[in-house]
Amino acid sequence: MTISVQEADFDTGAEISALTMEDPLAGAVASFVGLVRADRLADQQVGASVAAQPAVTAMTLEHYPGMTEAALADIVAAARKRWELRGVRVIHRVGRLLPGERIVFVGVASAHRGDAFAACEFIMDYLKTQAPFWKKEETPEGGRWVDARTTDEHAAKRWQPD
Amino acid sequence: MTLNILYFAGLREAIGTGRESIAMPADTSTVGALREHLARLDEQHAMLRSTKNLRVAVNQKMLGMDAAIADGDEIAFFPPVTGG
Repeated sequence: MTISVQEADFDTGAEISALTMEDPLAGAVASFVGLVRADRLADQQVGASVAAQPAVTAMTLEHYPGMTEAALADIVAAARKRWELRGVRVIHRVGRLLPGERIVFVGVASAHRGDAFAACEFIMDYLKTQAPFWKKEETPEGGRWVDARTTDEHAAKRWQPD
Repeated sequence: MTLNILYFAGLREAIGTGRESIAMPADTSTVGALREHLARLDEQHAMLRSTKNLRVAVNQKMLGMDAAIADGDEIAFFPPVTGG
């Protein structure tokens, strides 16, 4: 099982170890862990002051059961087509999370580092723009849905041919 | 034809439900036409028109507003995704 959408936390070290267990040809593992930030930079709003954004006290992640897993599987399949990968693990948490908690894990094993680095970043870039998850932040002033960032769209687009 | 409509995130909250079954005239052929029909239902559904960069999935595949629809389809409307 390479893809999990779950409420439970995960053990980063155990996940990284499991990627290359009993695979003597895996020479590299790259991984990414995303965390809940306590504050949020107003990087979408030109001219808005960061101080004007209230601190985030919790975050709730909503998803589209069924489609989310299928979208993640498509992204992993695209990465496997593009690079020589020996193992891929994607975990995305849903439900209510507090600042500092882990949200997402992407781990990629390959023979050499280049494929693992690139595929890990590719999977995260596409997860950000294609997988149906939505974040709602809780702040002292109430809840707010997080806006999509244009920088994430640009990050995913750079993997496409010109 | 009957369609299963899903809403997520801010749209779900505004419309007040995450799922509804809608009977549509058979000549409603695209997601865009369905969106226009739904947006006219009431003030809550009007958010389907005002949501910036509204996304749509037909039977769990993200497609454009020109995508074709058929009886029994599951059609989900949602704002741009923000996971990760």
